[in-house]
Amino acid sequence: MTINKKPVEVPDSMKERKLVEFLREELDLTGVKNACEMKSCGACAVLVNNKSIRICNSVLKDVENCDVLTIEGMENEDGTLHPLQKAFIDYGAIQCGFCTPGMVLTAHAFLMENPKPTREQIRKALQSNLCRCTGYQQIIDAVEAASEFYRK
Amino acid sequence: MEKENPKAWRNDAYAKVTGRARYTDDIKFPFMLHAVPVYSDFVHAEILNIDTSEALKSKGVVKVLTSKDVPGVNRFGQIIKDFRIFAEDRIFYNGDVVALVVADTRANAIKASELVKLEAKELPSILDPEDALKPDSALIHPEQGSNIINEHKVRRGNTDEGFKKCDIILEEKFETQFIEHSYMEPEVAVCNPRHDGVMEVYASMQHPFSTRRFVNALLGGRLADIEVISTPMGGGFGGKDDTVSIVAARTALAAKLTGKPVKCSYAREWSIRESYKRHPYKVYYKMGLTKDGIIKSVKCKIIADGGAYCSVTPWVTWRSTVQCCGPYQVENVHCDTYGVYTNNVVTGAMRGFGSPQMNFVVESLMDIAARKCGLTPVEIRRRNMVRQGSITITGQKLDNHKVAMEETMDAILNKFDYENKYKKCSFGKSDSEELYGAGFAISYRGMSLGAEGTDFNSAIINVQPDGSILLETGIHENGQGSESAMCLILARDLGVSLDRIRYRRPSTSTIPDGGTTVASRGTVMGGGAVTNAAKELKHKIANFLNAKCGCNIEDIDISNDIVTCGKEKYNFEEVIKMMYNAQEYPHVFGVFKAPKVSWNEENGQGDAYFSWTYSCQAIELTVNKKTGKVKLLNAIAAHDVGRAANEQMTKGQFFGGMAMGIGYGLLEEVKTDKGIILNTNFNSYRLPRTTDLPEMSAIIIENSDPNSPSGAKGIGEPTNELMAPVIANAIYNETGKRFFKLPIKVSTKVQEDLKICE
Repeated sequence: MTINKKPVEVPDSMKERKLVEFLREELDLTGVKNACEMKSCGACAVLVNNKSIRICNSVLKDVENCDVLTIEGMENEDGTLHPLQKAFIDYGAIQCGFCTPGMVLTAHAFLMENPKPTREQIRKALQSNLCRCTGYQQIIDAVEAASEFYRK
Repeated sequence: MEKENPKAWRNDAYAKVTGRARYTDDIKFPFMLHAVPVYSDFVHAEILNIDTSEALKSKGVVKVLTSKDVPGVNRFGQIIKDFRIFAEDRIFYNGDVVALVVADTRANAIKASELVKLEAKELPSILDPEDALKPDSALIHPEQGSNIINEHKVRRGNTDEGFKKCDIILEEKFETQFIEHSYMEPEVAVCNPRHDGVMEVYASMQHPFSTRRFVNALLGGRLADIEVISTPMGGGFGGKDDTVSIVAARTALAAKLTGKPVKCSYAREWSIRESYKRHPYKVYYKMGLTKDGIIKSVKCKIIADGGAYCSVTPWVTWRSTVQCCGPYQVENVHCDTYGVYTNNVVTGAMRGFGSPQMNFVVESLMDIAARKCGLTPVEIRRRNMVRQGSITITGQKLDNHKVAMEETMDAILNKFDYENKYKKCSFGKSDSEELYGAGFAISYRGMSLGAEGTDFNSAIINVQPDGSILLETGIHENGQGSESAMCLILARDLGVSLDRIRYRRPSTSTIPDGGTTVASRGTVMGGGAVTNAAKELKHKIANFLNAKCGCNIEDIDISNDIVTCGKEKYNFEEVIKMMYNAQEYPHVFGVFKAPKVSWNEENGQGDAYFSWTYSCQAIELTVNKKTGKVKLLNAIAAHDVGRAANEQMTKGQFFGGMAMGIGYGLLEEVKTDKGIILNTNFNSYRLPRTTDLPEMSAIIIENSDPNSPSGAKGIGEPTNELMAPVIANAIYNETGKRFFKLPIKVSTKVQEDLKICE
């Protein structure tokens, strides 16, 4: 499997280990959050083969041979921010930030599939991600604005 | 979408959008242990014995703590010291913690927590505050002598005489529900016993100083021996005070007794079970009006379910009392308010703090009254609302700031085109599948703490030799962006660029206790301290240049990073360098003390708050006649914010508050069965999601407040106090049905009613 484009070897003894725990404790990728641990809030969402997956109940075995992308892998190779991340900042889509990693990644997966979405479609795509701070308005603004980049 | 909007600016946005921000659960120390709370199956019971022996033998367990291990005081609280940090004599509610298991891993601690045995004698539980008020009711806290936590009142004029002059009398009962704050980050604390004897505390808390008081109470000793350090935190909304402070106190005790760093990270189920909620209210309200729609007399009784412990119930219900007539002038008012103990989950601070309940009552009644008087909802409000120089129901004259109630309402009516939308409302009759409704509501809100408590704050500006600036204040970053607002205010008021400024995240050991980050007081009080500190620094620089160059102090100005001194111009860093060379520190300490307020508890009269903020929100929606499904179309808010630090961030407060208000009005409810919470996670506690919410827009009204040094008014809570009555009014205008209970459950009620109509 790869995590943020780097190959990762997982010994057989670890295959039943919880994926969130592995990312947070072994790789120090703490952008993935625990908030409900029952796939209801999306704070643990990462991309698995470019699909947004809530991984709080997943174990390492579930992502064998997959490409996993966490928020720490979103930046461009030169360290600059991805346009979607930049839009989140500029449009005020970030408050407490706890939902932000899952929200950005879910929007990223969605925009790769649908680079010309309506606001209704954006709402639908993000309905599994809870945010208590923003009322989602500026998150949707940010995703809509960033969609232009995905059309190129 | 308005693409030309100015950009948001946050000092922590980069860290958050890249996943680098370290929240408390992301902090690790070598040899760190893990703590887990132990609950009981009881709601109300007398404790006979707590047996920890089996748990102690379990794999990895280091210690199991109970109330017997507490070196300081186990009973604590901000007002009444009734919280049992560890259950000792009784179980008072289902979220009471009997013991804390400390083990090498969280999993081992959880396993062992199931082995702690509690022997207890079940007691009858009192779950309705009106039962608790009965004279023959058993006492929940016998040492308090009563189930009444607190009483407040307003006595103005003579209500009996007032009602005699009325043509229309309305009498209704309203009920509201328990609400869970639903911060995305559950409670968590990490405590590190430092080699210098200081207990270092990191926690997902709203108020480091409050947390320090709780930790200090449980551990004993001195405040100076505890350092509570701010970390990024995943939302609070009023909910990260008592409970997380108690979690931190238990964790600190575990760290103290084991000599090791300890983390206690809550699962959502523990969080919802134990943490305090927004108070459910029962309100009996009698309003009398003349046929011209003038409110002559109001008599009301407010009963708040305070749950098992006092928390801040007296303060929450005080605001409800002061604001019990909404933003209206009423000559005769008789209000009695009771905070009452029950064996329900504890209730305490939540965004709005006693106003969402009362606004639901008052603003629903205003629309009912309008129909009875043959007036529009707009006209009846115009005839009664506070204006410049008005006297409030507590006898306060509103003359020290711009009273912008009508300006704020008109802003909404114009932009929302309310009058036309109102004419289109279905009132239960429609030929199509869908009914249409639009509604609005207004409010005013006393700024900051008011006569609730001591209200002051401080800021430290520490300019470095290279001209970069460190800023800290006694206000805490809860996710709302307070650090950013402080930086923006400093840049504006000092006349320097934003990129010079680094916010230094303070700890309780670096800045004086500035009170809690509550009551929408962050930008007002912290920002006020920053403005005053900026003034002091300018003064210091001017005095220095006056001594050095002899130019007049009045002729010295700083703007765009240039210091002008008569005909001379210096770069900001040049002046700073000159000051260091001359043994002069460009370091200042600024303070903002809130202007005087007053309160007489005997008659409920006084200048309750030093200023007020004005708000109006509106919504349009449809209901499907067959399914009863509500669809929210558009929502809009206007608030007088005094002076906005950043437009996008201010709007973020509007939208977040409106969304939470919509949840309050339509979706959310902590459900209980015999005192036990049934919905302890987000699969069953129904939070608003993207697809539930309408498109929202914001109108920022700026009347710089002369009582606030930075000009800002508080805005976190006003945004959250109106959507429930807005929706109730819109649904009435749509279906012809009036709802007196939250959350509004249209689907069943309207379907039944419409069936009857057919």
